[in-house]
This record gives sequence, C-alpha cells and structure tokens, in this order.
Amino acid sequence: MSTQTSIQTSEKPLGRDELAQRVARDIAPGSFVNLGIGQPTLVSNYLTEEQNITLHTENGMLGMGPAAVGEEIDGDLINAGKIPVTELPGASYFHHADSFAIMRGGHLDICVLGAFQVSATGDLANWHTGAPDAIPAVGGAMDLATGAKDVFVMMTLLTREGVSKLVEQCTYPLTGVGCVTRVYTDKAVFLTGPDGVTVRETFGCTFDEIQELVPLSLKKA
Amino acid sequence: MLNFIDTVGEAVAGIKDGSTVMIGGFGNAGQPFELIDALMDCGAKDLTVVNNNAGQGDQGLALLIKEGRVRKMICSFPRQSDSWHFDAKFHAGEIELELVPQGNLAERIRAAGAGIGGFFTPTGYGTTLAEGKETRLLDGKWQVFETPIHADVALIKALKADGKGNLVYRKTARNFGPIMAAAAKHTIVQVSEIVPTGSLDPENVVTPGIYVNSVVRVGGTSREQVA
Repeated sequence: MSTQTSIQTSEKPLGRDELAQRVARDIAPGSFVNLGIGQPTLVSNYLTEEQNITLHTENGMLGMGPAAVGEEIDGDLINAGKIPVTELPGASYFHHADSFAIMRGGHLDICVLGAFQVSATGDLANWHTGAPDAIPAVGGAMDLATGAKDVFVMMTLLTREGVSKLVEQCTYPLTGVGCVTRVYTDKAVFLTGPDGVTVRETFGCTFDEIQELVPLSLKKA
Repeated sequence: MLNFIDTVGEAVAGIKDGSTVMIGGFGNAGQPFELIDALMDCGAKDLTVVNNNAGQGDQGLALLIKEGRVRKMICSFPRQSDSWHFDAKFHAGEIELELVPQGNLAERIRAAGAGIGGFFTPTGYGTTLAEGKETRLLDGKWQVFETPIHADVALIKALKADGKGNLVYRKTARNFGPIMAAAAKHTIVQVSEIVPTGSLDPENVVTPGIYVNSVVRVGGTSREQVA
C-alpha cells in the first residue's frame, strides 16, 4: 500500500449525532458500557438490540433503559446526570461502593467520556478548568478513567478558538494518566497508546490536513 | 440497640454541634428530606456533612448549607446547575470543601464500616486530588493511599424496615444507604413502611438490622414523586 491511501471516510466533518452513531457502531456485542454525562449519552440512541449492550450507571444500576417519559418518570430511578430513566428486563440495583467496584475493579468494557484535552500518551483532562474562581466537581470521572478497560473520548477536535484539544501535554488539571485508548472527534478518530497517536479515519479532511491541525506527530492507520 | 421512633424530630434530637453527619442520597433520589428538615429544626451546627453532592434547589441539604449549619462538606460533585446555596457559601469562604472522587468517597465510607484502616487505589493518581498522599507501585499500577471516612451519625432513607431493623431500598435510591449505615456510630433511617418481622425475605435484605439504630416512618411516597 502506498502512503497515498486515503483514510477519509466522510466528505464532511461529523455532527454530534453522526459521531455518536460512529462510536455506537464500534462497541463490541455483549459489552458492559458506561456513558458519561453530555455528548456521550447520545451514543445510547444508536445501540442496536443485536449488540446486546448492558449500560451501567454510576449511581447503582446495570441494565439502564432509555430516558423515562410521562408516567414512567420515577424520582427513585435516575441516571448519573440525575435524569429519570427506565429499567430493562434483567436490570440490577446495587449500592454505591459496589457500583464503583464495577468501574474500579476493571469489570466495565468501555466508558465514553467528554474531554477538555487528551495528551499524546492518553492522559485525560475533563473535570476542572483550573480557573481560580471555579468550583471543582469531579464525580466519578477519575474512577471511570482509571478503571474501564477501554476509555473512549468524544469531543470536537478544536476549541472555539481553533486550538487542538489533542495535545502533547495537557495544560488543564488531569483526570487520569495514560488512560484514553480512542478519541472520537468531528474531524477524525485517533487511537492513543504507548506507541503514540494513530489516525484511524478522517471526516471531511485528509490525514495531512489533520496533521496540520494537531501539534504532535501522527501516524496513519 | 434498635429503637422505633415516632417522629423525625425525636430521631435527630441527639445530634450534637460539631458532629460528622453522613446523609444518603444521590441528587434527590434517596435523600432523607424529612430527617434533614428535622436536623434543621433541631439547631445542630458546625456540622461536617458527607454526601455525594452539596445540595440542590431550595430543599434538604441545600437549606442546611444556606442556614450556615455546615462547616465542611465532604463530597464528589458540589457544582450543579441548582447548587446556588453551596456556591454562594463557597465563594464567600464560609464553607470548607473536601473534594473526593466519587469511587473514593464510596470506598472510604465502606472502609470505615468494614474496619479497614486505609487502602491503595489507582483512582486519582497523578491528579491534584492525590497531592500530598502516599503512593505505591502495586500490581504494575501507581496507587494512592486513601483513609476511611467515619461519622457520628448517618441519616438515610430506605423503602421498608422490619421489626429487626432489616432494610430494603427502592431502585437507584439505594445508592449510599447501605455503606453509610455501616460507617456511622449511630444510623437513623426513615422508611415509607415498617413491616412485621419475618415478612421480608431474608435473601432480599440489603442492610441487615445490626447496622441500624433508629427507624422512623414518614409519608408513604417520596417528596419528588409527590411533586
């Protein structure tokens, strides 16, 4: 294969829902998965019955179903974002220490999280901007980042100011060290690990264009 | 010693100024609102409160914070869209915050109840929340030493208690209840229903009565369901 082989799989950058769909497609059948608050929650809309995915919510449940509507709403049945949800057949409830043992003990196959920054070696920054007047709140982010077998990040590649969030070293406070395995962005999917960062596919641009945006040396899948 | 108590006011009457109080609940689910209201009325102050959050809206823990009864919060997620009372106290420098990753919070509470003097965990390694803590390379991973969180009192909410103080919970309202019940010297539980001893299937008991000191029955449905 020549180096000219294109890894561009979409004519345009992906929107939030298209990206969620891409992440959902990559989750192996039968996986136990935790979806973080915000954009990662969209992934649940695209999981198929055939995939047979079990969703974990940190407040003490496996087998979480879709958001509750109308009469389904029950204040005792909420997700990590405190949104009312439903239970699927085969669901289970457990207390908080057991719920976090599921994360911390390495039992979850995948967690999907948002991020401010990801480093070349898979460090994650997603809990605190470090601004002096900001009230810090960490929740379960550090446990998920450290405990899940695979940590997928979903984010836009660039900040509003056009600066890459994939960086040589994070400048925001860290959530976990060397924990991220994949980064899904609107412009490309990156695989991160001890051997550096590989671009798996690009959306709406070429590998070379991605390389120009990202301030670290990238490999092509 | 297990006591069944008629009112939430009597249940919390022994809570002293300066106590460390664990309060169950994740958001509003499992939050023992009636016991917290009673704690407000009893006037205890200078409290250290352990809860996942730092109160939301204008009820429960949020009001306790607003009224200046809480000296220190130990929690994982204080900042929410409706945590305005905590936010105001924090920015005014009137409340101390010990921010703990949620899994460390749960495990430190569990450790206290299980008589564990401390444990090592990879969570938080290399972050500002582990600064100053002992670290070790164990099983090929850098891990941080964490200590138990003990409490004088736990206020929790369960669905049912039987005559032995055995508890069952409801859905995700279980959250911190079982581990806080074990970690506190004195555990006060509000339940929707007290059932005869022998009517709970022993296989389904979640919190054995040995961890429970006081049980008080409150209205049959939770506040958020009524709202």
